[in-house]
Amino acid sequence: MAVLGPALLGLGALFSWAIAGLPAFGDYRGPYGLVLNRVVVPLRHTTNVVMGTTFDVRGVDTMGEEFILYAAVIGVTLLLRDETRSRQAERRTRRLPSDAVRLLGVLMVGGGLLVGLWLMAFGYVTPGGGFQGGVLASGAILLLYVVGSHRDYRPFRDAHALDPLESLGAGGYVVVGLAALASGTAFLTNLFGLGTTGTLLSSGSIAVLNWASAIAVSCAMLLLFAEFLETYVVPLEPEDTAS
Amino acid sequence: MLLATTLVPLQAVAFGLVALGAPVVVLTRDPLRQALVNGVYGISLVCLFVVLEAPDPALSMLVVSGIGYPLVILAAIARVRGHERRKREKER
Repeated sequence: MAVLGPALLGLGALFSWAIAGLPAFGDYRGPYGLVLNRVVVPLRHTTNVVMGTTFDVRGVDTMGEEFILYAAVIGVTLLLRDETRSRQAERRTRRLPSDAVRLLGVLMVGGGLLVGLWLMAFGYVTPGGGFQGGVLASGAILLLYVVGSHRDYRPFRDAHALDPLESLGAGGYVVVGLAALASGTAFLTNLFGLGTTGTLLSSGSIAVLNWASAIAVSCAMLLLFAEFLETYVVPLEPEDTAS
Repeated sequence: MLLATTLVPLQAVAFGLVALGAPVVVLTRDPLRQALVNGVYGISLVCLFVVLEAPDPALSMLVVSGIGYPLVILAAIARVRGHERRKREKER
Protein backbone atom coordinates (compact mmCIF):
# COMPACT_ATOMS: atom_id res chain seq x y z
CA MET A 1 0.00 0.00 0.00
CA ALA A 2 2.91 2.30 0.82
CA VAL A 3 4.16 1.82 -2.72
CA LEU A 4 0.79 1.69 -4.45
CA GLY A 5 -0.55 4.88 -2.85
CA PRO A 6 2.09 7.30 -4.15
CA ALA A 7 2.18 5.46 -7.49
CA LEU A 8 -1.58 5.90 -7.95
CA LEU A 9 -1.32 9.52 -6.84
CA GLY A 10 1.44 10.15 -9.37
CA LEU A 11 -0.47 8.36 -12.13
CA GLY A 12 -3.62 10.32 -11.26
CA ALA A 13 -1.74 13.60 -11.42
CA LEU A 14 -0.14 12.76 -14.76
CA PHE A 15 -3.47 11.50 -16.12
CA SER A 16 -5.31 14.69 -15.10
CA TRP A 17 -2.54 16.77 -16.61
CA ALA A 18 -2.82 14.81 -19.88
CA ILE A 19 -6.63 15.12 -19.94
CA ALA A 20 -6.42 18.87 -19.32
CA GLY A 21 -4.11 19.26 -22.29
CA LEU A 22 -6.38 17.41 -24.76
CA PRO A 23 -7.75 19.37 -27.71
CA ALA A 24 -11.40 20.42 -27.36
CA PHE A 25 -14.18 18.06 -28.44
CA GLY A 26 -14.54 18.04 -32.21
CA ASP A 27 -11.22 19.83 -32.74
CA TYR A 28 -9.57 18.47 -35.88
CA ARG A 29 -5.96 19.37 -36.62
CA GLY A 30 -5.03 17.10 -39.52
CA PRO A 31 -5.43 18.45 -43.04
CA TYR A 32 -5.77 14.93 -44.53
CA GLY A 33 -9.48 14.39 -43.80
CA LEU A 34 -10.43 17.88 -44.92
CA VAL A 35 -8.55 17.46 -48.20
CA LEU A 36 -10.14 14.06 -48.83
CA ASN A 37 -13.60 15.45 -48.12
CA ARG A 38 -13.04 18.04 -50.82
CA VAL A 39 -11.31 15.98 -53.51
CA VAL A 40 -12.68 12.41 -53.33
CA VAL A 41 -16.14 13.08 -54.78
CA PRO A 42 -14.98 15.05 -57.84
CA LEU A 43 -11.88 12.90 -58.46
CA ARG A 44 -13.24 9.42 -57.81
CA HIS A 45 -16.99 9.81 -58.41
CA THR A 46 -17.86 7.99 -55.19
CA THR A 47 -20.23 9.58 -52.69
CA ASN A 48 -18.85 7.49 -49.81
CA VAL A 49 -15.60 9.26 -48.93
CA VAL A 50 -14.72 6.51 -46.44
CA MET A 51 -14.76 3.97 -49.26
CA GLY A 52 -12.85 6.32 -51.55
CA THR A 53 -10.19 6.37 -48.83
CA THR A 54 -10.10 2.66 -47.98
CA PHE A 55 -10.26 1.30 -51.53
CA ASP A 56 -8.41 3.98 -53.46
CA VAL A 57 -6.27 6.45 -51.54
CA ARG A 58 -5.33 3.78 -48.98
CA GLY A 59 -6.04 0.78 -51.19
CA VAL A 60 -2.84 -1.04 -50.22
CA ASP A 61 -3.78 -0.93 -46.52
CA THR A 62 -7.13 -2.55 -47.27
CA MET A 63 -5.42 -5.25 -49.31
CA GLY A 64 -3.29 -6.02 -46.26
CA GLU A 65 -6.37 -6.17 -44.06
CA GLU A 66 -8.02 -8.57 -46.47
CA PHE A 67 -5.05 -10.90 -46.20
CA ILE A 68 -5.13 -10.63 -42.40
CA LEU A 69 -8.65 -12.10 -42.53
CA TYR A 70 -7.46 -14.68 -45.04
CA ALA A 71 -4.61 -15.71 -42.75
CA ALA A 72 -6.97 -15.80 -39.75
CA VAL A 73 -9.28 -18.23 -41.54
CA ILE A 74 -6.36 -20.45 -42.46
CA GLY A 75 -5.22 -20.39 -38.84
CA VAL A 76 -8.64 -21.29 -37.46
CA THR A 77 -9.02 -24.07 -40.00
CA LEU A 78 -5.64 -25.55 -39.12
CA LEU A 79 -6.41 -25.39 -35.40
CA LEU A 80 -9.96 -26.71 -35.43
CA ARG A 81 -10.37 -28.98 -38.40
CA ASP A 82 -10.89 -32.55 -37.34
CA GLU A 83 -12.25 -34.89 -39.98
CA THR A 84 -13.61 -37.59 -37.68
CA ARG A 85 -15.79 -35.12 -35.84
CA SER A 86 -17.41 -33.45 -38.80
CA ARG A 87 -19.04 -36.69 -39.85
CA GLN A 88 -20.55 -37.13 -36.41
CA ALA A 89 -22.08 -33.68 -36.51
CA GLU A 90 -23.82 -34.40 -39.80
CA ARG A 91 -25.86 -37.16 -38.26
CA ARG A 92 -27.73 -34.99 -35.83
CA THR A 93 -30.87 -33.40 -37.22
CA ARG A 94 -33.08 -31.31 -35.06
CA ARG A 95 -36.01 -29.01 -35.58
CA LEU A 96 -37.02 -25.92 -33.69
CA PRO A 97 -40.13 -26.74 -31.67
CA SER A 98 -42.08 -23.56 -32.46
CA ASP A 99 -43.37 -22.78 -35.96
CA ALA A 100 -43.57 -19.08 -35.09
CA VAL A 101 -39.87 -18.97 -34.20
CA ARG A 102 -39.00 -20.81 -37.42
CA LEU A 103 -41.08 -18.41 -39.50
CA LEU A 104 -39.43 -15.42 -37.84
CA GLY A 105 -36.05 -17.03 -38.43
CA VAL A 106 -36.74 -17.64 -42.11
CA LEU A 107 -37.85 -14.02 -42.51
CA MET A 108 -34.64 -12.91 -40.81
CA VAL A 109 -32.56 -15.05 -43.17
CA GLY A 110 -34.19 -13.36 -46.18
CA GLY A 111 -34.07 -9.88 -44.69
CA GLY A 112 -30.49 -10.20 -43.50
CA LEU A 113 -29.30 -11.53 -46.83
CA LEU A 114 -31.04 -8.70 -48.68
CA VAL A 115 -29.62 -5.98 -46.42
CA GLY A 116 -26.18 -7.61 -46.70
CA LEU A 117 -26.32 -7.59 -50.49
CA TRP A 118 -27.55 -4.01 -50.46
CA LEU A 119 -24.65 -2.95 -48.23
CA MET A 120 -22.20 -4.64 -50.62
CA ALA A 121 -23.73 -3.25 -53.80
CA PHE A 122 -24.17 0.35 -52.65
CA GLY A 123 -20.98 0.53 -50.59
CA TYR A 124 -19.49 3.25 -52.76
CA VAL A 125 -22.72 5.29 -52.90
CA THR A 126 -24.00 5.11 -49.30
CA PRO A 127 -22.37 3.90 -46.05
CA GLY A 128 -21.51 0.22 -46.06
CA GLY A 129 -19.30 -1.87 -48.27
CA GLY A 130 -17.89 -5.31 -48.88
CA PHE A 131 -16.82 -6.03 -45.31
CA GLN A 132 -20.02 -5.04 -43.54
CA GLY A 133 -22.26 -6.55 -46.23
CA GLY A 134 -20.21 -9.73 -46.37
CA VAL A 135 -20.36 -10.37 -42.63
CA LEU A 136 -24.07 -9.59 -42.50
CA ALA A 137 -24.95 -11.80 -45.48
CA SER A 138 -22.94 -14.74 -44.13
CA GLY A 139 -24.50 -14.20 -40.70
CA ALA A 140 -27.94 -14.40 -42.31
CA ILE A 141 -26.95 -17.65 -44.02
CA LEU A 142 -25.78 -18.99 -40.66
CA LEU A 143 -29.29 -18.36 -39.32
CA LEU A 144 -30.44 -20.93 -41.86
CA TYR A 145 -28.58 -23.47 -39.76
CA VAL A 146 -30.42 -22.33 -36.64
CA VAL A 147 -33.92 -22.41 -38.12
CA GLY A 148 -33.37 -25.27 -40.55
CA SER A 149 -31.24 -28.35 -40.31
CA HIS A 150 -27.76 -29.56 -41.17
CA ARG A 151 -29.01 -30.55 -44.58
CA ASP A 152 -30.28 -27.04 -45.42
CA TYR A 153 -26.97 -25.56 -44.37
CA ARG A 154 -24.64 -28.15 -45.88
CA PRO A 155 -23.91 -26.26 -49.17
CA PHE A 156 -22.68 -23.28 -47.14
CA ARG A 157 -20.13 -25.25 -45.14
CA ASP A 158 -18.57 -26.96 -48.14
CA ALA A 159 -14.93 -25.93 -48.02
CA HIS A 160 -14.30 -27.29 -51.54
CA ALA A 161 -16.64 -24.63 -52.94
CA LEU A 162 -15.78 -21.84 -50.49
CA ASP A 163 -11.98 -22.04 -50.61
CA PRO A 164 -11.66 -21.17 -54.33
CA LEU A 165 -14.29 -18.43 -54.01
CA GLU A 166 -12.47 -16.82 -51.10
CA SER A 167 -9.21 -16.98 -53.01
CA LEU A 168 -10.97 -15.44 -56.01
CA GLY A 169 -12.04 -12.48 -53.87
CA ALA A 170 -8.67 -11.99 -52.19
CA GLY A 171 -6.73 -12.61 -55.40
CA GLY A 172 -9.07 -10.42 -57.46
CA TYR A 173 -8.07 -7.45 -55.35
CA VAL A 174 -4.40 -8.03 -56.14
CA VAL A 175 -5.16 -8.62 -59.83
CA VAL A 176 -6.88 -5.22 -60.09
CA GLY A 177 -3.80 -3.66 -58.52
CA LEU A 178 -1.45 -5.52 -60.85
CA ALA A 179 -3.56 -4.57 -63.87
CA ALA A 180 -2.85 -0.93 -63.06
CA LEU A 181 0.84 -1.77 -62.70
CA ALA A 182 0.83 -3.56 -66.07
CA SER A 183 -0.76 -0.58 -67.79
CA GLY A 184 2.19 1.56 -66.76
CA THR A 185 0.82 3.39 -63.69
CA ALA A 186 1.24 2.82 -59.97
CA PHE A 187 -0.14 -0.26 -58.16
CA LEU A 188 -3.92 0.03 -57.55
CA THR A 189 -4.34 3.20 -59.62
CA ASN A 190 -8.01 3.73 -60.45
CA LEU A 191 -8.20 2.33 -64.01
CA PHE A 192 -11.79 1.84 -65.03
CA GLY A 193 -14.24 4.47 -66.21
CA LEU A 194 -15.41 6.65 -63.36
CA GLY A 195 -19.08 6.79 -64.44
CA THR A 196 -21.81 8.99 -62.99
CA THR A 197 -21.46 10.08 -59.37
CA GLY A 198 -24.15 8.64 -57.09
CA THR A 199 -25.09 5.65 -59.24
CA LEU A 200 -24.05 1.99 -59.17
CA LEU A 201 -22.00 2.63 -62.32
CA SER A 202 -19.51 4.92 -60.64
CA SER A 203 -16.14 5.10 -58.89
CA GLY A 204 -14.18 2.87 -61.33
CA SER A 205 -11.85 0.39 -59.64
CA ILE A 206 -13.43 1.01 -56.23
CA ALA A 207 -16.58 -0.87 -57.31
CA VAL A 208 -14.56 -3.86 -58.50
CA LEU A 209 -12.37 -3.91 -55.38
CA ASN A 210 -15.49 -3.60 -53.23
CA TRP A 211 -17.04 -6.69 -54.82
CA ALA A 212 -13.77 -8.60 -54.58
CA SER A 213 -13.58 -7.94 -50.86
CA ALA A 214 -17.32 -8.68 -50.45
CA ILE A 215 -16.79 -12.17 -51.93
CA ALA A 216 -13.62 -12.73 -49.90
CA VAL A 217 -15.23 -11.63 -46.62
CA SER A 218 -18.46 -13.59 -47.16
CA CYS A 219 -16.59 -16.81 -47.91
CA ALA A 220 -14.10 -16.22 -45.09
CA MET A 221 -16.92 -15.83 -42.57
CA LEU A 222 -18.75 -18.91 -43.89
CA LEU A 223 -15.54 -20.93 -43.59
CA LEU A 224 -15.11 -19.69 -40.02
CA PHE A 225 -18.71 -20.59 -39.19
CA ALA A 226 -18.23 -24.06 -40.64
CA GLU A 227 -15.22 -24.65 -38.39
CA PHE A 228 -16.96 -23.19 -35.34
CA LEU A 229 -20.06 -25.31 -35.90
CA GLU A 230 -17.98 -28.45 -35.95
CA THR A 231 -16.36 -27.29 -32.73
CA TYR A 232 -19.42 -26.40 -30.76
CA VAL A 233 -21.97 -28.80 -32.04
CA VAL A 234 -19.95 -31.92 -31.42
CA PRO A 235 -18.93 -31.45 -27.76
CA LEU A 236 -22.60 -31.01 -26.87
CA GLU A 237 -23.64 -34.44 -28.09
CA PRO A 238 -24.76 -37.00 -27.42
CA GLU A 239 -24.07 -37.35 -23.69
CA ASP A 240 -23.96 -33.62 -22.95
CA THR A 241 -27.40 -32.72 -24.30
CA ALA A 242 -29.01 -34.97 -21.70
CA SER A 243 -27.49 -33.19 -18.69
CA MET B 1 -16.64 22.07 -44.00
CA LEU B 2 -18.30 22.49 -40.63
CA LEU B 3 -16.98 20.58 -37.64
CA ALA B 4 -18.95 20.10 -34.44
CA THR B 5 -17.12 21.76 -31.57
CA THR B 6 -19.54 21.17 -28.69
CA LEU B 7 -20.93 17.98 -27.22
CA VAL B 8 -24.67 17.90 -27.86
CA PRO B 9 -26.84 16.13 -25.21
CA LEU B 10 -27.46 13.07 -27.43
CA GLN B 11 -23.72 12.54 -27.85
CA ALA B 12 -23.20 12.98 -24.10
CA VAL B 13 -25.82 10.27 -23.44
CA ALA B 14 -24.16 7.92 -25.94
CA PHE B 15 -20.75 8.50 -24.32
CA GLY B 16 -22.34 7.86 -20.92
CA LEU B 17 -23.84 4.54 -22.04
CA VAL B 18 -20.44 3.38 -23.34
CA ALA B 19 -18.75 4.45 -20.09
CA LEU B 20 -21.37 2.55 -18.05
CA GLY B 21 -21.36 -0.50 -20.31
CA ALA B 22 -17.62 -1.18 -20.24
CA PRO B 23 -17.39 -1.93 -16.48
CA VAL B 24 -20.55 -4.05 -16.71
CA VAL B 25 -18.85 -6.26 -19.33
CA VAL B 26 -15.75 -6.60 -17.15
CA LEU B 27 -17.76 -7.34 -13.97
CA THR B 28 -19.81 -10.11 -15.61
CA ARG B 29 -17.97 -13.27 -14.54
CA ASP B 30 -19.77 -16.04 -16.44
CA PRO B 31 -18.19 -16.18 -19.94
CA LEU B 32 -21.43 -17.15 -21.69
CA ARG B 33 -23.31 -14.26 -20.09
CA GLN B 34 -20.35 -11.99 -20.76
CA ALA B 35 -20.58 -12.75 -24.49
CA LEU B 36 -24.19 -11.55 -24.44
CA VAL B 37 -23.46 -8.44 -22.35
CA ASN B 38 -20.58 -7.64 -24.69
CA GLY B 39 -23.03 -7.72 -27.61
CA VAL B 40 -25.24 -5.16 -25.85
CA TYR B 41 -22.15 -3.05 -25.13
CA GLY B 42 -21.33 -3.26 -28.85
CA ILE B 43 -24.75 -1.84 -29.65
CA SER B 44 -24.03 1.11 -27.34
CA LEU B 45 -20.82 1.74 -29.30
CA VAL B 46 -22.83 1.57 -32.53
CA CYS B 47 -25.16 4.25 -31.12
CA LEU B 48 -22.12 6.38 -30.22
CA PHE B 49 -20.73 6.11 -33.76
CA VAL B 50 -24.11 7.00 -35.23
CA VAL B 51 -24.56 10.13 -33.13
CA LEU B 52 -20.96 11.13 -33.96
CA GLU B 53 -21.99 10.98 -37.63
CA ALA B 54 -19.79 8.00 -38.54
CA PRO B 55 -22.10 5.48 -40.24
CA ASP B 56 -19.32 3.35 -41.76
CA PRO B 57 -17.60 2.46 -38.47
CA ALA B 58 -21.08 2.02 -36.95
CA LEU B 59 -21.93 -0.66 -39.54
CA SER B 60 -18.56 -2.35 -39.06
CA MET B 61 -19.01 -2.31 -35.28
CA LEU B 62 -22.53 -3.72 -35.69
CA VAL B 63 -21.46 -6.75 -37.72
CA VAL B 64 -18.31 -7.38 -35.68
CA SER B 65 -19.92 -7.11 -32.24
CA GLY B 66 -23.21 -8.67 -33.33
CA ILE B 67 -22.10 -11.56 -35.54
CA GLY B 68 -18.35 -12.14 -35.69
CA TYR B 69 -17.12 -11.72 -32.14
CA PRO B 70 -19.90 -13.61 -30.26
CA LEU B 71 -19.40 -16.61 -32.55
CA VAL B 72 -15.68 -16.73 -31.83
CA ILE B 73 -16.34 -16.56 -28.07
CA LEU B 74 -19.16 -19.14 -28.21
CA ALA B 75 -16.93 -21.56 -30.09
CA ALA B 76 -14.16 -21.09 -27.54
CA ILE B 77 -16.56 -21.57 -24.60
CA ALA B 78 -18.09 -24.69 -26.16
CA ARG B 79 -14.70 -26.23 -26.74
CA VAL B 80 -13.37 -25.46 -23.23
CA ARG B 81 -16.53 -26.71 -21.52
CA GLY B 82 -16.55 -29.86 -23.62
CA HIS B 83 -12.97 -30.60 -22.56
CA GLU B 84 -13.75 -29.91 -18.89
CA ARG B 85 -16.80 -32.14 -18.94
CA ARG B 86 -14.93 -35.00 -20.53
CA LYS B 87 -12.13 -34.63 -17.99
CA ARG B 88 -14.66 -34.77 -15.13
CA GLU B 89 -16.27 -37.88 -16.59
CA LYS B 90 -12.92 -39.60 -16.82
CA GLU B 91 -12.18 -38.85 -13.17
CA ARG B 92 -15.48 -40.39 -12.09
